[in-house]
Amino acid sequence: MTSSLAGRMQTRVLLFAVIGGIWTALVTPILPTRLPLGRSYELSFTVLALIIVLGLLWELLYHLLQQYRWDKDWPTALSLLAGVPEGTLIWLLLGTGTWLWDLPVTARGYWLLFGSVWFVVWVVLSGPIRVLLVRRRWRGGRLFG
Amino acid sequence: MTDAGPSVVPTGDLTQALVDTDIWSEQHLFDAGIPIADAPMISVGGGIGSFALVDHLRICGVGTESLRVLTPLSTPWESFAYLTRVSQVPIGARLRSDSSACPDNIWGFPSYAIREAVGAESVRGLLAPLWQVLTEPLLGEHYTPRVGQVLDAMARESRRIRYPEMVATGQVRMVRRREAGGYFTILTTPEWAPAAKRIAFRSAYVHLAVGYAGLKFLPELQAYRESTRNSSRVVNAYEPHEHVYDQLRRRPGTVMVRGSGIVASRVLQRLIDERNTHGLQTRVVHIFGTYVSGSQGPRFLRRRGGDGFAYQAFDDPKSVWGGQLRDQARNTEGAERTLFYDSLGGTSTPYRQHWQTLLGTARAQGWYSTVVGEVEALDAGADDLITARIQSRDSVLMAEASFVIDCTGLESDIGEQRILADLLQHTGARRNPLGRLDVEPSFEVRGTRSGRGRLYASGAATHGGYLPGVDTFLGLQIAAQEIADDLAAEGFCRRLNLVRSAREWFRWATNTVI
Repeated sequence: MTSSLAGRMQTRVLLFAVIGGIWTALVTPILPTRLPLGRSYELSFTVLALIIVLGLLWELLYHLLQQYRWDKDWPTALSLLAGVPEGTLIWLLLGTGTWLWDLPVTARGYWLLFGSVWFVVWVVLSGPIRVLLVRRRWRGGRLFG
Repeated sequence: MTDAGPSVVPTGDLTQALVDTDIWSEQHLFDAGIPIADAPMISVGGGIGSFALVDHLRICGVGTESLRVLTPLSTPWESFAYLTRVSQVPIGARLRSDSSACPDNIWGFPSYAIREAVGAESVRGLLAPLWQVLTEPLLGEHYTPRVGQVLDAMARESRRIRYPEMVATGQVRMVRRREAGGYFTILTTPEWAPAAKRIAFRSAYVHLAVGYAGLKFLPELQAYRESTRNSSRVVNAYEPHEHVYDQLRRRPGTVMVRGSGIVASRVLQRLIDERNTHGLQTRVVHIFGTYVSGSQGPRFLRRRGGDGFAYQAFDDPKSVWGGQLRDQARNTEGAERTLFYDSLGGTSTPYRQHWQTLLGTARAQGWYSTVVGEVEALDAGADDLITARIQSRDSVLMAEASFVIDCTGLESDIGEQRILADLLQHTGARRNPLGRLDVEPSFEVRGTRSGRGRLYASGAATHGGYLPGVDTFLGLQIAAQEIADDLAAEGFCRRLNLVRSAREWFRWATNTVI
């Protein structure tokens, strides 16, 4: 992928909000969270919101690292692997007990949710998105402007 | 002509009056006896540039009756297939092209790596391309498609969009503005055709994708050929030169290779493969104009290099086709543009482990040597040998060789291309900061507008514009998309929105003829 900073930000918000949102809505009822469904949804959408909000900061870092590459590109494997530090950070934040929401989260429930959201969004980003947004790849990943 | 004057019999050919007149009317053509044919949009060239645009427009809902491709080629990939073949990329070899650069599929999805995996007949064949495209370029080299795969895919798309129905065969001589708006494009029909010798196509829109004017022969190469009347020993890598390899099999010799781009790498591979396969004693002297001894450039603009070569995966840094570097290029004008293109670096070749190993062995065995300098003259020596005088940094070297293979490129001066030269002279086109055709970001040729008509160009002729990497699969497709969007704004076709795009992709996936 060859994203500009604006393209990264827009893609992060749109893909996780839409694709991630649909996936989260579908998958939450079967997650092993040991919580009532309403609380499960609260948890899963909190995780999704954190992926988006913290992701905007992560994207700044990725963009900086991209500058060291001659091609100014971002290999697809890095997009996939970025899930490891990002997922770990959110897991740590949720586990510190200082979080605004009091959400007892199980490791299995969290990682199944995070991992599947991350993977589904990565798959869509790696190809199918080009079918819907045909100009995006020529515009540094930007959807607007 | 007056009643009293001599009557001129129209010959159906170009008259001096037509050639000298910048803007034509129907009367001018009538007087010359040239018949007029109508088509709303004309694409001149008929190579992959025309194919990319026609594909895009057909997907945007334009009917075959509204498009005409004027070309001497029998298929859009004819020139491409010819040039890859003679420059040592056989049909089964891999191109230097990204997995998602698909001239048969405007979405680049599914990419060639996925398609190769799906079509594989073994588990290894299934997993290898997927693993490579997943880990490129971190763990290995970039995935690149095979020539045959790309050609087959284009043939399928050509049938799907009914491309052959839109072709009018012949050589385009010129494009001139029409007095009442739009353009006339003069097509010289082939001798075997029953049609008139010249036909004037009247259209609102014209697209030019005429490729290169021909091979670039360096002056000393040309001089050698003229003085010896022998063109078999000093060849351009883009012309057929199988005889060089044939003769080396019969009689050992030294080959001088010039250039440090992808074609030089391919030629070196062929020479080494020949040597290994047939147990030959071929020696190679490689002349570098610029010798790259290691990675070069400041921290944020550092390109890998070594052993004389600059290494880069594709023709240009990857983000020129839709990332940071495209954005940067878009914001440059004049001298700044020249500086920007300079910053992209010169000739490069991909770093491929196979080539590294071949050249490493050749170096170690002492039959591959390098010389840094410029060839000043080539002279015929004794015993069919060629003597080269090479100006090195501080001395003049003499080297002898049985053959010289020049890998320094194709003719890029647009003044050498007849249609483009005419455009510069009669239709108001100008040169961009790099000397090629000056186009808008929409690929409309600046200065050539005619009423509501628009004239576009894409491909090699537009190098140096707002989009770098124009002469590549992706460059041609991006140009096609920009032109199609511009035409959609003019009302010529539908804009490719989300719904239409998804529907048309589904038709592509199911190979539905449109």
